[in-house]
Amino acid sequence: MDRIRQIIDKHGRLPAKAETLRPQQDLYAAGLTSFAAVQLMLALEEAFDIEFPERMLNRRSFSTIEQIAACINELSPKALAS
Amino acid sequence: MTSLQDRAALVAAVAAQYTEQVDRDGRFPTEALRAMKEHRLLSAFIPKEFGGEGAALADIADVVSILSQSCGSTGMVYAMHQIKTSSLVTHGGASAWHRAFMERICDEQLLLGSATTEGGGIGGNLRNSICAVERKGERFSLEKVGALISYGIQSDAILITARSGPDAPPSDQVMAVFTKDQYTLEQTMKWDALGMRGTCSDGFTFRGEGDAAQIFPNDFGDIAAKSMLPICHILWSAVWYGVAYAAFARAQNFVRAEARRTPNVVPPGALRVAEAANMLQLMKSNTTAAIHRFEKAEQGGEDLGSVGFIVAMNNVKIGASRMACDVINHAMLITGINGYRNDTPYSVGRHMRDAMSAPIMISNDRIFGNMSNLLLMHRIEPSLVA
Ligand SMILES: Cc1cc2nc3c(=O)[nH]c(=O)nc-3n(C[C@H](O)[C@H](O)[C@H](O)COP(=O)(O)OP(=O)(O)OC[C@H]3O[C@@H](n4cnc5c(N)ncnc54)[C@H](O)[C@@H]3O)c2cc1C
Repeated sequence: MDRIRQIIDKHGRLPAKAETLRPQQDLYAAGLTSFAAVQLMLALEEAFDIEFPERMLNRRSFSTIEQIAACINELSPKALAS
Repeated sequence: MTSLQDRAALVAAVAAQYTEQVDRDGRFPTEALRAMKEHRLLSAFIPKEFGGEGAALADIADVVSILSQSCGSTGMVYAMHQIKTSSLVTHGGASAWHRAFMERICDEQLLLGSATTEGGGIGGNLRNSICAVERKGERFSLEKVGALISYGIQSDAILITARSGPDAPPSDQVMAVFTKDQYTLEQTMKWDALGMRGTCSDGFTFRGEGDAAQIFPNDFGDIAAKSMLPICHILWSAVWYGVAYAAFARAQNFVRAEARRTPNVVPPGALRVAEAANMLQLMKSNTTAAIHRFEKAEQGGEDLGSVGFIVAMNNVKIGASRMACDVINHAMLITGINGYRNDTPYSVGRHMRDAMSAPIMISNDRIFGNMSNLLLMHRIEPSLVA
């Protein structure tokens, strides 16, 4: 979760620091634009060495930190543990 | 009641009578609107339970195209009204206020306008707002500066976007309905444009106050993805198809008249007619494929919020807007001086000017810019038929 928060800080272009966001908080309401969402996806792919399949490329998958973690976990169960 | 298309044809006949005057004087197509109300076209998209007809998107698009063949501005006014209606139909069912408002649209044949565009550098950047709703108990107020609102003066209600509150970031938006008695429009710009002159897309400062219940319960991001973006692009494409078709028909008549005058000789314009017919078919497939994809997605076949769907719906707009201009350019080359003049049965100047609004109505470059970002992630579906 901390790594996800770091990446959000770097690429999410949010007005608030990611550490202040609850895992279930809506990132779009927090200011995530569709441009930044794509940049965030690309950064997550790079950081966790994963590739998001088409079925995950939607608003919902990237709407909260918890959702992002669930997607990453599904694609690479060990990625978040390390 | 006669079919929607039959009634649309009656309204189109009225629109055709006034289209030249509407264009020349840059005035609203009042007679066509009156005919739409008389034939209850404004409530066609609303479900039967609220007093509408529950028409399918395909039928609404057909009506848009029929009207646009007579008068581009009339077709665009009807299309924009239905785009706003679609947001009520898709998202308003959960709220008592919006359900009652849908009944009012049917009973009173209300015309809905749209205020998404904003000054201060927002322009057509739909998913960002500067202005914000201010809630005070059960009430709320909103002021939007630099709003470009087609038929703002003639609208009976306006659907408007804003930030969800004074502290919300620009992309955290809501949409609200205001009825005519709840707002003032201070005109800041008069619409004197190249084409679509009858849409009367004047600039205003909008100031409104209403019940907080008039704000849609779900956020605007959701509304934009699920109803506004796809239906807007589909119905705009239907307008441009109608306008392009009308210019094409004039060019074809021109060539046919020539062929009758000089039998056994294929007129020089005939080849271009064939070429234009090809483009017209691409325009038609582009739009009808989008309608089918949207209808399938709505029934759960595809995620309306997926990147793939958004890319496809943006491509519909770009394709249709570019091709409309190409078809009409062909029509102009075919009809020559007769098409260029404003006073012949083959005139296509109005069609060309109307269609030239298509690539700039939410700039194609802006849309390409958004899509170039999405295509860093999304892979285009390899299957031809899926
Ligand atoms: C007939 C008509 C009716 C309309 N009716 C309404 C209405 O009822 N309600 C309403 O709210 N709005 C209405 N609009 C306004 C419309 O929604 C857009 O705001 C308007 O067309 C301006 O679009 P834009 O900001 O994308 O481009 P412009 O302001 O025209 O952009 C200027 C230039 O910048 C470039 N550009 C802009 N952004 C980008 C980007 N991100 N990437 C690359 N290049 C870019 C474009 O190439 C363009 O040439 C109407 C417009 C028209 C033409």
